[in-house]
Amino acid sequence: MIATPPVARPTEPPRLRRARSADPIGLRLRNALLSLITYLLAFAFFFPLLWMLLAAFKTEAQAFAVPPVFSFTPIFDNFARALHSYWPALRNSLVAAIGSTLLAFTLGLPAAFALAVYPTRRSRAMLTWMLSTKMMPAVGVIVPLFLLFRDLHLLDTLPGLIIMYTTMNLPLVVWMMNSYMSDIPHAIFEAAQVDGATTAQEFFGIALPLSVPGISATALLAIIFAWNEVFFALNLTSSDAAPLSVFIGSFKTSEGLFWAQMSAAATLTVLPVLIFGWVAQRQLVRGLSFGAVK
Amino acid sequence: MTVRVSNVARKPAERRLRFTPGVLVWPALGFLILTTQIPFLLTIYYSLFRYSLVDPLRRPFIGLNNYASLLSDPANLRVILNTLVLTGGTLIITVGLGACLALLLNRRFPGRSLVRTLLMSSFLVMPVVTAVVWKNMLMNPVFGFLSWLVTTMGGQPVDWLARYPMASIITMVSWEWTPFAMLILLTGLQSLPEDQLEAARLDGANAAQEFRHIVLPHWSRALEVVILLETIAVLQVYGEIYASTSGGPGDATTNLPYFIYQKAFAEYSIGVASAAGVIAVILTNILAIFMLRLISRGSQEGASA
Repeated sequence: MIATPPVARPTEPPRLRRARSADPIGLRLRNALLSLITYLLAFAFFFPLLWMLLAAFKTEAQAFAVPPVFSFTPIFDNFARALHSYWPALRNSLVAAIGSTLLAFTLGLPAAFALAVYPTRRSRAMLTWMLSTKMMPAVGVIVPLFLLFRDLHLLDTLPGLIIMYTTMNLPLVVWMMNSYMSDIPHAIFEAAQVDGATTAQEFFGIALPLSVPGISATALLAIIFAWNEVFFALNLTSSDAAPLSVFIGSFKTSEGLFWAQMSAAATLTVLPVLIFGWVAQRQLVRGLSFGAVK
Repeated sequence: MTVRVSNVARKPAERRLRFTPGVLVWPALGFLILTTQIPFLLTIYYSLFRYSLVDPLRRPFIGLNNYASLLSDPANLRVILNTLVLTGGTLIITVGLGACLALLLNRRFPGRSLVRTLLMSSFLVMPVVTAVVWKNMLMNPVFGFLSWLVTTMGGQPVDWLARYPMASIITMVSWEWTPFAMLILLTGLQSLPEDQLEAARLDGANAAQEFRHIVLPHWSRALEVVILLETIAVLQVYGEIYASTSGGPGDATTNLPYFIYQKAFAEYSIGVASAAGVIAVILTNILAIFMLRLISRGSQEGASA
């Protein structure tokens, strides 16, 4: 019942075209051309980020210069200026992202464990239902949530934000951890049961340690999603609990006139997530597709 | 409940309480019910009232009037059309471009993992950052990089967000979501057994036949995931619009989420915003089911062909 599906190895692309052409020079030319196209596309896609990164080290005049300035002496003033309002927003983003991820795992790990190791007739339906809450657009719940939060004094507070981000990430955590825990051979749990292990011992002694890679990949993804969230942040916080998304949003008007400073703030906002994403690249796909594509 | 507890206490052999593990699901389930289902029921409830935060005490029941006025005003139908155009346009671009990139990356070439890293990066960027960077540094008509690019090629500078507002938003959103399509489609490609391709080649299949009869049917699962998850996500696009066009010019880029935000938090029309929220939920579910049907039918045809 619980089979380990073959995991694709992203590092080894199948040698697709090798066998076909008998003409090695034409083949090599074609390959070189395809590679060139790939390089150009990759550069084009990365360019907006690169341009932002460069502007962060320019003076305002250089950032606005037409024609654009490509070589310049990097300065660090923009970061110093951006940092001033960056710290409180960074703190809020960190607390909201990490807090909601911890809460989502506290609630989601036991659920995933029960659904994976002790499946019942209703397990599939429960999993599907949890996923279906992701089909509920945030706008379908924002109005009553706003009014409820107002009455409960949760508006513009970090607990309020943590609750909403937990809602957002809990289905992901349950699905992914269920997927990873289903990969654990069931015989291990059966052996433990024969030895008289309690459910708690199975959970803490077997399921948790064996799904650490899955936990870290899913946690990274949950943190990225919470970090980048905008809708709840803009509508449920204003100043005290405003995370980075609200802070950057303020550059849409007046402060957007300072491109170098804006770029520095944006760089500081994007960089942590970029690094997380690059590190988690290999596991990202499984999480992004809710375990449907591994 | 109390009886049971005392029963357990009386039998020392059963002191190690063996609860059904199914109980472990309840905290997660309860939390989600509390934060998604109850607010949604309240949204439906509010949508039946003329309810404004400007005058919160007078709250007459008006039945389906909010829905009637929303759906009869052509300006509001524009909002629904915008939402569909944004979602459809983004889907076509991201799946098309993502598929090409996945095919290009599914080869051996130097620097492959660096290229993959560069290509996936835009997916990780916060939507608000995307908007402020594109709006200012790339799409500004005077100082923006794209205008400079156009003028060096002999064209006239373009005020992208004013002239082509929806296309600009679709470009930004596609920039963020193409890597998503690419990553998932690439993983789908890599699980393709190579002996299938070799068998096809031995039978004399050309590249197009190989793609149509082997790659495409094999891709259906990944395509399904990409299209479904992207539909749900792009229907909810908000940050890009908020921080770039604010729904304008006029209502050219106002989609449902942004419309609801305006109604609820700028005009304080809770009743109307709630009705629009219900419509958004219905629309999302219809589109998601429609997409699923379409894909599963398409993949069956592909498999039988």
